Amino acid sequence: MQNDEAVPITVEFSGGLEILFSNQKKYSLSLPSQDESGAPANVAFLVRHLCENVMKDPRKELFILDGTVRPGILVLINEADWELEGEDQYEVQKGDHIMFVSTLHGG
Amino acid sequence: MVAVIDSLRQQIATCEATLQDLHQQLAEAEHNQRQQERVLRKTKPLTTDPLDHDMNFGVPDDFRSEVFAVLDHEAEPQEQDESNKLGRWPLEKNEYRRYGRQLIMPEIGLQGQLRLRSSRVLVVGVGGLGCPAAAYLVGAGVGTVGLVDGDVVEESNLHRQILHSSARVGMTKVESAMVALNSLNPNVKLIPHILRLTPETAISIFKNYDLVLDCTDTPASRYLISDTCVLLGKTLVSASALRIDGQLMVLNNPPSPPGDPTGGPCYRCVFPKPPPPESVVSCGDGGILGPVVGVMGVLQALETIKVLTKKATGTEPAPADPPTLLIFSAYSNPMFRSIRLRSRKAKCTACSAQATISPQVLESGSLDYAQFCGSINPIDALTPQERISAESYAKLRSGVNPFTGTVSNKDNHILIDVRERVQFELCSIDGSVNIPFSTVSITPGLSLNPNTPSPGSNDMYVDENDWATQLRQTEKPIFVVCRLGNDSQLTVKKMKELGLNYGGKRFIGDIRGGLQAWREKVDAEFPEY
Repeated sequence: MQNDEAVPITVEFSGGLEILFSNQKKYSLSLPSQDESGAPANVAFLVRHLCENVMKDPRKELFILDGTVRPGILVLINEADWELEGEDQYEVQKGDHIMFVSTLHGG
Repeated sequence: MVAVIDSLRQQIATCEATLQDLHQQLAEAEHNQRQQERVLRKTKPLTTDPLDHDMNFGVPDDFRSEVFAVLDHEAEPQEQDESNKLGRWPLEKNEYRRYGRQLIMPEIGLQGQLRLRSSRVLVVGVGGLGCPAAAYLVGAGVGTVGLVDGDVVEESNLHRQILHSSARVGMTKVESAMVALNSLNPNVKLIPHILRLTPETAISIFKNYDLVLDCTDTPASRYLISDTCVLLGKTLVSASALRIDGQLMVLNNPPSPPGDPTGGPCYRCVFPKPPPPESVVSCGDGGILGPVVGVMGVLQALETIKVLTKKATGTEPAPADPPTLLIFSAYSNPMFRSIRLRSRKAKCTACSAQATISPQVLESGSLDYAQFCGSINPIDALTPQERISAESYAKLRSGVNPFTGTVSNKDNHILIDVRERVQFELCSIDGSVNIPFSTVSITPGLSLNPNTPSPGSNDMYVDENDWATQLRQTEKPIFVVCRLGNDSQLTVKKMKELGLNYGGKRFIGDIRGGLQAWREKVDAEFPEY
């Protein structure tokens, strides 16, 4: 694989997280197929990519903490909890649907 | 001062009227309850007409009990007869009638109804989720329903908390709900727990129930309820809602003992760490659409009925559904989405073999859930010199110096209101200018994150910075106001970071206590929402 190749994916935000992403719930992205070190792009890389290139809100701490998605955000890979798919080490595939859901507490 | 006295008089008059109304409501409710109890004891159904329906006897259902009560005297001689027949059918005659529409469904049937009747369900939180959930559970004939809540009914609850009523504002939510639920289905035993759940009391309350509904609204209560359910082996039906979104999970299902990996995941398996407190938004701050939270509460009742009626068919318990998170998003298409969840976490502190949470730990009170979830300290970002009270600001605005005749007015300064536009449009102080805090907060300050694109590299920033550019065109002092006096402080700080105070030459400060203080101290007519 070459560095300039890109993986087309859909990223979606829910539960209020879209506020951090210009109030847009759904993004169709072309993710570089390799991360900074040349390894295949995984979800950890996607999170960094979103934070650096897509997120315009400066309140980064509402999305990432200690280098990963902050507590209270569920990451769903193709409609399944990312814990079922290898968490942030999951290698992003063409056409993947990756969703970030903030947990709600109101009642 | 006169205005204050008038306002107090008016408040007292209103309270007295409300109190009188409450007394009347209470008398009516007590009367109705007595009536219904008498009817229930005595009613001998007068017909076995298969076409029996809700408008039978020419009167709507609501009035039928009263009519029965009158007719009952004629039926009295047969009463002995009736009691002899007791036990001939598994359900009471009124139960066949009341639950007929669900009894004829294979999903419920006679066995399902008997299971519902012998079930004890605890609803924690009698608000936007708890009201519809409890209504459907009581309607369906769950035998015993416990209600936990320490709050009283407020007017701002009524658009979504459907068991409460205008006349019951000020009553505890538990008592208010009991009035409504009693009149809905007097067959159900209701147990009030008028308190806020604590680690010390949770086990003693939960242990008398079979299943628990989490209808609360804070992360701390959600962890406490989940831990207690795990320790006692109760299935937990958990939901939440905010603005236009809702989430639903059935947890600890099946409720196997801690350490048994075949049990369903608990709240801690899915969310091992609480969210940072500054990311937690309440319905009071974020808003909530009534039907959104209503849908979630109704779904909780539905999942509860499914779990209760599924249990123990024959000797083998029916297998539980795999764990999922249902996401409801009212303005998306599709509105519902179901997500597969993980199973129990091997290192979960509540439900794994390595669990550290035990009944002793819980009851000793040594687990501080509030501390675990953290809290936002009251914002105290400014010095006293940067803040002005609502009264002082009012004087500054309208004060005419009687000696010099100097008129201060609203044009010699700028008043910035940083509430979101939709709130600003509801009501605002005359002459104020709206710059939403969301706009302020995404404007980069001086300490730029190296990863953030520099201002100007993107069209959005030019627009967003416009507000600062405009404020630079005058040297008038700036006062900032918001709803409660928190965002206003952060805005003052941001403005100074951006250099809008010209190195201290221009005053920039906020109104302490925000529009709430303005209403309380200056303008009682200013709307409260």
